[in-house]
Amino acid sequence: MSLNIQDVQRIAHLARIEISPTEAEATLSKLSGILGLIEQMQAVDTTGIEPMSHSQDVTQRLREDTVTETNRRKDFQAIAPLVEDGLYLVPKVIE
Amino acid sequence: MAWEVVIGLETHVQLLTKTKQFSGASTAFGAEPNTQACEVSIALPGVLPVLNKQSVECAIKFGLAIEAEIAPRSVFARKNYFYPDLPKGYQISQYELPVVGKGHLTIQVGNEEKTVRITRAHLEEDAGKSVHGAQEGMSGIDLNRAGTPLLEIVTEPDMRSAAEAVAYAKKLHELVQWIGICDGNMQEGSFRCDVNVSVRPKGSDKLGTRREIKNLNSFKFMQQAIEYETQWQIDTLEDGGKIEQATVLFNPDTGETRAMRSKEEANDYRYFPDPDLLPLEVTEADKTRVKAGMPELPEAMKGRFESNFGLSAYDAATLTASRDVADYFVATVNAGAETKPAANWILGAVSAKLNADEKSIAHSPVSAAQLASLLKRISDNTISNNAAKQVFEAMWAGEGEVDSIIEAKGLKQVSDSGAIEAIIDEVLAANTAMVAEFKSGKEKAFNALVGQCMKASKGKANPAQVNELLKKKLSA
Repeated sequence: MSLNIQDVQRIAHLARIEISPTEAEATLSKLSGILGLIEQMQAVDTTGIEPMSHSQDVTQRLREDTVTETNRRKDFQAIAPLVEDGLYLVPKVIE
Repeated sequence: MAWEVVIGLETHVQLLTKTKQFSGASTAFGAEPNTQACEVSIALPGVLPVLNKQSVECAIKFGLAIEAEIAPRSVFARKNYFYPDLPKGYQISQYELPVVGKGHLTIQVGNEEKTVRITRAHLEEDAGKSVHGAQEGMSGIDLNRAGTPLLEIVTEPDMRSAAEAVAYAKKLHELVQWIGICDGNMQEGSFRCDVNVSVRPKGSDKLGTRREIKNLNSFKFMQQAIEYETQWQIDTLEDGGKIEQATVLFNPDTGETRAMRSKEEANDYRYFPDPDLLPLEVTEADKTRVKAGMPELPEAMKGRFESNFGLSAYDAATLTASRDVADYFVATVNAGAETKPAANWILGAVSAKLNADEKSIAHSPVSAAQLASLLKRISDNTISNNAAKQVFEAMWAGEGEVDSIIEAKGLKQVSDSGAIEAIIDEVLAANTAMVAEFKSGKEKAFNALVGQCMKASKGKANPAQVNELLKKKLSA
């Protein structure tokens, strides 16, 4: 699979990352390099091997359903760019 | 052309947990904005999710209740999209390997039973809320809801009318409350439905292009939205138009559905397994343990009511349509009432009063124990059915217990045959014309005489005894 410049721009848009044409070119070659590595790995015969969803062969530990977090809104909002009445403010989003 | 509508549902059920899916922040409803939004909820860099044990148990309960395959191993995935109420930039969900696989739910539409196939149910987390109009050109973000545990339940496109879709949604709504995994509060958004609607020429087995009606949180709106959307699609196709796949919103004020966002930039969620979470393992032992803590399911209870209590299929289905009604019925029977009269009274007088007063049975002014003691006074002939209705009204109004009301209102039935005979003799003496009519073959006159006897006893004579004794006297 090979990427073109439009793919890169689309991925950037989906992630809301602004990239200049020069950056897009550089990103294209880096992403293509990564895909190249994956292609190499795909050459390995994996018939009969169950895919892993995690690199460690262990399972999820569960947490008891007990409230452990306290209200730290003041601390968190002290480092937010803009807040009002306890809300984080962001540029208006319209559907 | 005759058209057929094809409907599938995706329901988001908020799980009954104290804390969030991946952190120990509280999920209590209605707190001040962002006071229940911890580091994980607001997605500070470097935080890690830890899965809630309780929500996994809820998912297992649901899987057992719909007789589904429960995956021994399921995987969490990141669903990537950009929106300010989703600070991580992705929702943690399950994609290829959901915890609950194929199952089914039986619904009742009119007199027909129908099985709706459930494709899957997966664990995921809710997003925060955007508040508009806080400041010009800005949106306010409240992340209290971010990370709240959800179970998304997806059906096959098995429903063929708005009525079937609503019947499914109601059945599911009762089931999740019955097994105690959701509070069912639709106003607070604990149970929200997305409905996929498409139409096709009747007889065709190819699915039409669907439009998805998002976020319906009332059964009434669901019915209206599906009916409007179905007609809109049929009209569009009959006018030679084409249906474009879209997400639509229902406007309750106009009763119309309207496309929300076009899918030209088709939602590309770029799912991939979340490296922060390990596979979720559910063992046979887990399933056995969870099952042991589950209540008897409505279907099983319905069967038991029919075979053990001799109730009709309809009565058994109505009594088990909600856990509260079923609990009330069982409590009434356990308090010594006979099953059939108990069912009749609960589905009759009790339901009517609850509807009139807009009360739920859990808050009934007449308790199951009180109803049972009332029914006992009918079966031991202390009072007649008619008198029982008066006692019931009085109990509902809070006038006391059964026996004291019977006493206070003088409703005790006269079953002493001597006393009843005396009344009959008086009535016969005073109504010689009627007696003559009866003897000349007019059957109707008999009922009139019974009526006179009941009236003379002020309604207190045992009607069966009056009948019997009167018959004896007239044929003498």
